[in-house]
Amino acid sequence: MTREPDPLEFDQPRVSIRKPEHRFDSQGEVPDATRVERAMNSFVRDFGRTAAVYMESCIHCGMCAEACHFYEVTQDPKYTPIWKLEPFKQAYKREYGPFAFVYRALNLKPKVTADELQQWQHLIYDSCTVCGRCSLMCPMGIDIASLVSQARHGMFKAGLVPHELAAVTERARREGSPLGATPKVFADRCEWLADEHDVEITIDKPRADVLCAMSSIEIMKYPESIVATARIMKHLGADWTFSLDGYEATNFGLLTGDAATQKDLTLKIIHAAAACGARVVVLPECGHAYTALRWMGANMYGKPLPFKVMHIAEFLAEQVRTGKLRLRKLGKTATFHDPCQLVRRGGAIEAPREVLQALGVELREMYPTKGANWCCGGGGGVVAIHRADELRHKVFKIKMEQIEQTGAELPVTSCANCRQTFDDGQAHFKWDKTMYSLLELVADNLIEDDQ
Amino acid sequence: MSLLDFARGPALQWSVFIFVAGTLWRLLGVLLLRTRKDLSAPRKDAAWKGLRLIALRSWPRKEFLGGTAFGEVMGYAFHIGFLLALFFFVPHVLFFADIARGLLGTDLHGLTGLHWPTLPNGVVTLLSAISIAALVAVLIHRVVSPVKRLISNFDDYFSWLVTIAPLATGMAAFAHLGGWPYERLLAVHILSAELLLVWFPFGKLMHAFTIFAARGATGMLFERKGASL
Repeated sequence: MTREPDPLEFDQPRVSIRKPEHRFDSQGEVPDATRVERAMNSFVRDFGRTAAVYMESCIHCGMCAEACHFYEVTQDPKYTPIWKLEPFKQAYKREYGPFAFVYRALNLKPKVTADELQQWQHLIYDSCTVCGRCSLMCPMGIDIASLVSQARHGMFKAGLVPHELAAVTERARREGSPLGATPKVFADRCEWLADEHDVEITIDKPRADVLCAMSSIEIMKYPESIVATARIMKHLGADWTFSLDGYEATNFGLLTGDAATQKDLTLKIIHAAAACGARVVVLPECGHAYTALRWMGANMYGKPLPFKVMHIAEFLAEQVRTGKLRLRKLGKTATFHDPCQLVRRGGAIEAPREVLQALGVELREMYPTKGANWCCGGGGGVVAIHRADELRHKVFKIKMEQIEQTGAELPVTSCANCRQTFDDGQAHFKWDKTMYSLLELVADNLIEDDQ
Repeated sequence: MSLLDFARGPALQWSVFIFVAGTLWRLLGVLLLRTRKDLSAPRKDAAWKGLRLIALRSWPRKEFLGGTAFGEVMGYAFHIGFLLALFFFVPHVLFFADIARGLLGTDLHGLTGLHWPTLPNGVVTLLSAISIAALVAVLIHRVVSPVKRLISNFDDYFSWLVTIAPLATGMAAFAHLGGWPYERLLAVHILSAELLLVWFPFGKLMHAFTIFAARGATGMLFERKGASL
């Protein structure tokens, strides 16, 4: 049975599909046993050495709970990060570990049921942003977040993905964009923005040094980011372009656990960059887009990428270092919210700070900050899931407190998904702080030659 | 065959065999799995430097210390007490030297001229007592803490039992407690240590080995990306 695509919702502080009247949190019509089998086969199929070592190492110390924002605000033990993997741990021991034959022969670990997996959907999707803070805490050094991603592959194969994520991933597979930013929509937007803002937005230049990509959230909700990118590229005199064959860096395949869609979406950008001979692909302000292309892209491609991949903050920092990017000094205080996939897990820790320094702001770091900073609560697809709103808003209070404590005038980040989570939190709590985009701050403060 | 002869003879041989074979099976069972080459361009070339996580993760980052200090302190207390008592108690050292002579025909002194250091009995008694107290504390914490209670299973409780048993029986033997003949106390102590060896490969005690592999793997993966360790 195919359903009409879910309508998108653009009049709210965060972009998602409209709140579904009837949720479809399981996809396809298959027997329960098949769901479980698919989940577990997929989970163990790609089980390499590292994941297996992780599975063998947990000592159930429970310390990961202390790192998780969902546990922090609820004190509910079910949000303990390693517990979110319990059915998968069970299945690993029973089906795959070195002593699996003993566990099976003596039935020491019962078979995981479809009901259990269904219950765990809330833990694997709604209450995990894959932010990886727990991975930083685990005394055994287990990268718990990577195991959650692997569990999501299993959940996808089982057809047990939350309604919204399944819907937007399906749309991404069909249209190339999860939020309706089709090539036509993107081209129309760029044309309209170019007129409106009197800026040249280059599309489909046959050869270019730099290929830029945007995220759907920016295209549909923060189109100023497209303008900002174009202005900065003009300021730098860069030989750049967008490509209608690969402009969309958002990758819901990664968030949902749909590896095939993830690969398709990634390859679009890779092929577009190869086609125009790009030396650099500049990724937008989007954390997971960075993970998808910077750290997973070559592995999807099957060989090293023939170009360099940079997050826009890294690109800007490089331009600051070479003196090409000249910026007006803001003379204000600012604090930086670290997007988890960019900073903690992505390694671009100092780049956004270098750019802020070039903007002449007094940087007031949150506590904790950088790698140990708290997640906004909206990553990993959580912000798109309506039923997770209440929990996500609780988590958001941590961010509000952190930012208030700095006393900084400008909260700044470099991830559109964090930004929309902040916009949504701001509206929900009627907070007086608005999250700024680092990219847009830079674009608004360029020193042009005629100034 | 007396109970002590059994404990020192076939029980020892079988338990060591199960320990060695089981540990190798489980370790090789995961370490020999394939691993895919990461084709992404590294941020840092010397990924091996991430191996420092093996040492680094021995104490939590300051941001996490508040909520985990109890577990860390108690964990260290029983690990240190256990290991010092195991390796530096005079009768243990003599026992190991005896085994070495049986297997190799010589011992550490014969091989290198060095003497394995030992701790005074009083110190070992104190360390064992601290270790037992810390183990009791972590068990209470496991039962009382909602998080630990939820995530615990048979392995956690049984591993606790086989860890505290040699400490408790060792102290009982040393103090001649319980009105039992010394030989029987000693036999029970040795058997309890053998139970630990037999359980070791099957439960979470294996973390004694896997901790290095897990921390090392994460350290190298993260260092390559320049991610936070």
